[in-house]
Amino acid sequence: MIWYVGTVVALHDETATARTIALQVPDWPGHVAGQHVDVRLTALDGYSAVRSYSIASAPNSEQGVEITVERVPNGEVSPYLTQEIAIGDRLELRGPIGGWFVWHSQQTEPVQLIAGGSGIVPLMATIRSRASAGSTVPFRLLYSVREPGAIFYRDELRTLSDRDRSVTVTYAFTRAAPKGWPRPPSRVDAALIAQATWPANLAPSCYVCGPAPFVETVATFLTTTDHDRDKIRTERFGPTGERK
Amino acid sequence: MIIISRGFSGRRTPTDVKLPPGQYLTTDFPVLSAGPTPNIPLDKWGFVIDDGRDILRRWDWKSFLNLPSENITADLHCVTRWSKLDTSWEGVSLDTLLADMKTEAAYALAISYGDYTTNLPLKDLLNKQAWIAFRFDGKDLEPEHGGPARLLVPHLYLWKSAKWVRGITLMHEDKPGFWEGLGYHNYGDPWREQRYSEDR
Repeated sequence: MIWYVGTVVALHDETATARTIALQVPDWPGHVAGQHVDVRLTALDGYSAVRSYSIASAPNSEQGVEITVERVPNGEVSPYLTQEIAIGDRLELRGPIGGWFVWHSQQTEPVQLIAGGSGIVPLMATIRSRASAGSTVPFRLLYSVREPGAIFYRDELRTLSDRDRSVTVTYAFTRAAPKGWPRPPSRVDAALIAQATWPANLAPSCYVCGPAPFVETVATFLTTTDHDRDKIRTERFGPTGERK
Repeated sequence: MIIISRGFSGRRTPTDVKLPPGQYLTTDFPVLSAGPTPNIPLDKWGFVIDDGRDILRRWDWKSFLNLPSENITADLHCVTRWSKLDTSWEGVSLDTLLADMKTEAAYALAISYGDYTTNLPLKDLLNKQAWIAFRFDGKDLEPEHGGPARLLVPHLYLWKSAKWVRGITLMHEDKPGFWEGLGYHNYGDPWREQRYSEDR
């Protein structure tokens, strides 16, 4: 697998700790929603560090690849990517990687996305892929975040779900909810999953991504409510995901 | 051409620690699995060795625990780049499970509850290189780390150490397992950095 050189063409801060980096990658072979890339940083003396990041952008014909990176306190690579990188810089990356946690726009079954924190990134790629491919498959997203300020892609998610009733977004706030929010801040639980996700009899494909304990809890809820195990795909990160 | 990352100096692993290329050291134990964690009651647990046609050996939990077990200290290397050193396990050696087995098979496919699979050359399971582990750090192995029992093949990337293992099929011809069929390397030697199928 070869290393490509991408040029940073845009930067966007999603939250106080997360940044989207848009790269132009000549010769990029294309990707499928849900895949990730390896990003390599190299110091002057040749020392290098590599980390994997989910691709946030839909498949496209413009050799564009976007990643959204959450800063890990005391991390080695993410502080650089979220604070140091500038437009015009070049980054080495290889991929796309991963053939399991993916959504193809030809899929016809309903889709249930469940994200914890920065686990939204590969799921956003599926939502964008659905929109750019003109798919009409019904999508539901249950998105758990600490607080309103921790939501990634907030405006775009609102626009997409306003425009298309077959995309439903439900937020779950775990530490602080907006004023007047009906559900007090708490972790995702069985009642919320029952209320906000497709029932098992619709045979949805479920994609669950987030910190390991979150994914563990959600996937267990889904299997105990008769979702077919084979239709539950998970991607777990942490507890570190990065060197501490 | 190497691209230098302006202003990046990195944080290096202490030089007295030897890690495979591209790995970094972690002290916790991250969890990575492709699907839900299966719940396997011990009275339903079984471990089978077959040749794809006939069952050659079979253990239930009780008879498995009656086998001689070993304490293992191993370094773990995950393809997602973390390495964890000097981990402590207890398990039954595959040398014990496969003792006196007459087979001409050259390959093995480990099969798990939840239908995960991974393939290895049979020789990589022999000669004190592989165990069915059921205790970690002095405690029963937790389900999210593969309990009740997992394959432990520490000289290969950790996806080869199948969690929730329920059997091994001996094969004359190699056959890719789950990740090996999805773009990951067929053998997975961390010291040769065999992460993806195109790596040499």
